[in-house]
Amino acid sequence: MGYLNGFGVVIKKWIGVKSATGARITTQYPEETRPKPERFHGRHVLNRYEDGMEKCIGCELCAGVCPAKCIYVRGQDNDPENPTSPGERFGFVYEINYLRCIHCDLCVEACPTEAITETKLFEFAFTNRADAIYTKDELLVDDSGHPQQLPWENWSGGFDPAQDSSGWMRATAPSGDADFVGIVAWAGELGYGVRDPQRASIEVESGPVPAGAHHDDAAQDHGEHGDADHADPTEPESTEPESTPATKTPGHFDSAADLPEKKRRFGK
Amino acid sequence: MTSTLQSHVIAGMLANDPLLSGEVGLTTLLVVLIKVVVAFVGLLLSVILMVWFERKVIADMQNRFGPNRAGPFGLFQTIADGMKLIFKEDLMPARADPFVFKLAPFLSLIPAFLTFAIVPIAGSFNDGLDGVVTILGQQTFMQVADPQIGILLFLAMSSLAVYGIMLAGWASGSKYPLLGSVRATAQMVSYEAALGLALASVLLIAGSLSTNAIVNGQAGFRWNVWMTGLVPFVIFTIAATAELNRPPFDLVEAEQELVGGFHTEYSSFRFAMFFLAEFLNTVTMSAIIVTLFFGGPSGPTFGLTNWVGVYILPFFWFFLKLLVFLSMFVLFRATLPRFRYDQVMDLGWKLLIPASLGWFLLLVAVRVGSDQGWNLVATVLAAVAGLLAGAFLLILSIRASASKRAAVSLPGEGT
Repeated sequence: MGYLNGFGVVIKKWIGVKSATGARITTQYPEETRPKPERFHGRHVLNRYEDGMEKCIGCELCAGVCPAKCIYVRGQDNDPENPTSPGERFGFVYEINYLRCIHCDLCVEACPTEAITETKLFEFAFTNRADAIYTKDELLVDDSGHPQQLPWENWSGGFDPAQDSSGWMRATAPSGDADFVGIVAWAGELGYGVRDPQRASIEVESGPVPAGAHHDDAAQDHGEHGDADHADPTEPESTEPESTPATKTPGHFDSAADLPEKKRRFGK
Repeated sequence: MTSTLQSHVIAGMLANDPLLSGEVGLTTLLVVLIKVVVAFVGLLLSVILMVWFERKVIADMQNRFGPNRAGPFGLFQTIADGMKLIFKEDLMPARADPFVFKLAPFLSLIPAFLTFAIVPIAGSFNDGLDGVVTILGQQTFMQVADPQIGILLFLAMSSLAVYGIMLAGWASGSKYPLLGSVRATAQMVSYEAALGLALASVLLIAGSLSTNAIVNGQAGFRWNVWMTGLVPFVIFTIAATAELNRPPFDLVEAEQELVGGFHTEYSSFRFAMFFLAEFLNTVTMSAIIVTLFFGGPSGPTFGLTNWVGVYILPFFWFFLKLLVFLSMFVLFRATLPRFRYDQVMDLGWKLLIPASLGWFLLLVAVRVGSDQGWNLVATVLAAVAGLLAGAFLLILSIRASASKRAAVSLPGEGT
């Protein structure tokens, strides 16, 4: 009677609308919102330092790594009298085309200065193609580190920087703490609501891993100079020293001991 | 002289309806017009409500809310969807056959409308009224037409609807619609056989093709569903579900395999017509099931012969029965996973058609036996023995062909 049991289940749901088995799980979206996942990828922001300087150095790594080719960057030398960013150059043009962006977060990984990060804002339906291209003016956070709300964006859920900033950073990013290289961790951004880097929730067998002991594909692909310890983000990237020779050979494991470590982290 | 004869012949072909048996005057035309308009508008409204009903009920079954934004309880959702469809861009593939491409939706929609013309929706069948009502002083039936061919019109129209689907797929000039329409055509043509044979059992009991006569024969709860012994009803319902391309037989529109099926290339109002036809067919098929097996609008009228007993109560019974079958189709959709294509064909050809044919022959034997005054028990036993022998041979032949096929291993297949 297997088939008829199936009918029984459905009918029970139907007439048992108010019971526990019939409880409705729908979220009435515009009125109710569900909490966003911790690692949600939404629209980007361009961050500033606490002193108001822009973090972007116009290096175009984000544009280079973008698989959707949606980022357009042009750098320019800073005016020595009135610099836009600390260091030599700054992002003069910065555009993201959200008709193309797939929110993969590779730009965030590539960024040597944490200038570009993703918020969890996703309700930005636009009605013309011009609006789809977010310019630097629109992406840049204000002086308090708060993203700008554009006219077509729906922020009805409010914006809580601690919740809505992505807070998601791979320690493989050059600016990550060297102690955490190769380990997934969290970092703060947007200038405030900063959280200290935390241990990943994934179990690591041998506690904190020393710098250079493990190599991530991401580190090798996107940040060849990546393992620099606490590089000052204002420094031009090319001046950063290489940490270990091993990072130069992409996709190569130093020792057999690395392999099970990697498998343990990604095999699940 | 010839003209009156002709008009009589035409009137007889068109209808048993008392409305058309006498002189055809202006009021007669008016009554026909009223009936057509009411049926048309009512059917459109019922489709709008059916789409809403299906979505609401299936949402209940799946712990969701269903449409609840447009209007009270989301009642206007269908209208909103229809408006959206109308304002969408009307696309036609470059390699489509323009004329057939435009014709196909109409071939699908019009038969769906026409079928409903033979469904009696009200009229008292108690107290010797035979479903006759009086509108504007004219005696008539509460159905748009009651042709002598009656239920054959339904079969003809459901066959015509296959053309709509077939031509839609063919004229699209695109592979997925073509594959979908080939599937649809094969499925609908095969199930039409089972549908027709199950229907033949009803016609045998009713002794008439006219829907009015079929309903009249079932008055007083002598419903065909048990007069024919339940089997034709079950077969008819399964075949009707397949004929409607509704789940679990909706492999015509199997998204995983065929994108959207035969209407993949259709958009805007042409797609809306297919969509409308699909739900129209659901409503009409439910109405046909009610008419054939559950006595249509007949039911207790408590001796009332005024407008309550003639219009309200019979329509209420009809609507109630209709609702049961509409819910049944929704329940099927919510419960049963889609059949595989070969399973559909196996079920149709190897089970439903032989079973409906066998049951029909059994009913024929009983009927002939009672006419000839044979011993009923002996007749039934002999008929059952003959049918079992036939079933045995059928199973044997199916097994033999299956084993023969298994013996031939295809290249690339293991032994």
